[in-house]
Amino acid sequence: MNSYIPLIIGMALVTYLPRLLPLLVLSDKKMNPSLEKFLYYIPYTSLSILLIKGIISAEKDMVLATIAGILIAGFLAYKKDNLVLSVLSGIALSFLIKLII
Amino acid sequence: MTFINKNKTKYKDAFMVSLPLIIGYFPVAMAFGLLSKNTSISFRDTSLLSIIVFAGASQFMALDLIAAGVSSGNIIIATFLLNLRHLVMSASLAPEFKEIPRKYLPLVSFAITDESFSVYSFNKDKISLPFVLIVNGLSYSSWVIGTMAGYAVGEILPSSLQASMGIGLYAMFAALLSPELGRSKKILHISILSSLIYLALFYSKLFSSGWDLIIAIILSSALAVAIFDRRGGKYE
Repeated sequence: MNSYIPLIIGMALVTYLPRLLPLLVLSDKKMNPSLEKFLYYIPYTSLSILLIKGIISAEKDMVLATIAGILIAGFLAYKKDNLVLSVLSGIALSFLIKLII
Repeated sequence: MTFINKNKTKYKDAFMVSLPLIIGYFPVAMAFGLLSKNTSISFRDTSLLSIIVFAGASQFMALDLIAAGVSSGNIIIATFLLNLRHLVMSASLAPEFKEIPRKYLPLVSFAITDESFSVYSFNKDKISLPFVLIVNGLSYSSWVIGTMAGYAVGEILPSSLQASMGIGLYAMFAALLSPELGRSKKILHISILSSLIYLALFYSKLFSSGWDLIIAIILSSALAVAIFDRRGGKYE
């Protein structure tokens, strides 16, 4: 087996720096209101985008199960506001669908 | 007494918030460990990937690229592009992490992932140093232990179960987002806008994967400010 240590260290550095630098630079500054708004929207835009990405990049036989899992989790969270229940129901429904098709 | 009770609630909160992360990470990490074994990567290097990189999507991508014989330099560049989105997520968390002492930021920022970022963004009122350390620690442990477990015994799980458990993380994203969509028309419109922008970028293939993610996030958040925060706009 090859050793991948240099690769792993490189991957770790390019992953860690984008996580660290904005926190260090921005956390003690007063921000301009537009930038603050922009940052405030990021959770909503990135979660929407990650969800769409999850659906369109799912394996062919997982597309339906993925969409169903997302929908039931979203619906239950909207009704009951219970994150764990929603996640487990999403997993259970997608497993059922995977069993059937 | 009240101090102790307050702390107890804090710990309980942190644990409850971590639970979906733990449940979501473990099976995905197991799948990663197993796939890494099948890519002929040693147990040590597989574990190290999860221990010091701790970024699910790029770890899976690295396996693909290693199997395809891509050079280490190019894998590192691809990892950088894919994980660049954490730049905006970390920036978005900066105002919420103001209470956390500066010397802890290098530790705390290590565990900013799509998932922990979402959990923090939707639990802003709970953020404190112990809260963040517990959530980070538990989710990180789940990822690392899951990886090792997957490498060691992953074969025994049926693949249909593994695949559907991987849905857990998307289910969590949906569960965090949907109450906000119901609460605010503005957020609903922003969500639709960003989905459409990402779809357009994805199918246009103008940018490589990684760039399309970060450009879509930045573009749609900037457009949201431009459209929804004008003076006298109908949403004000």
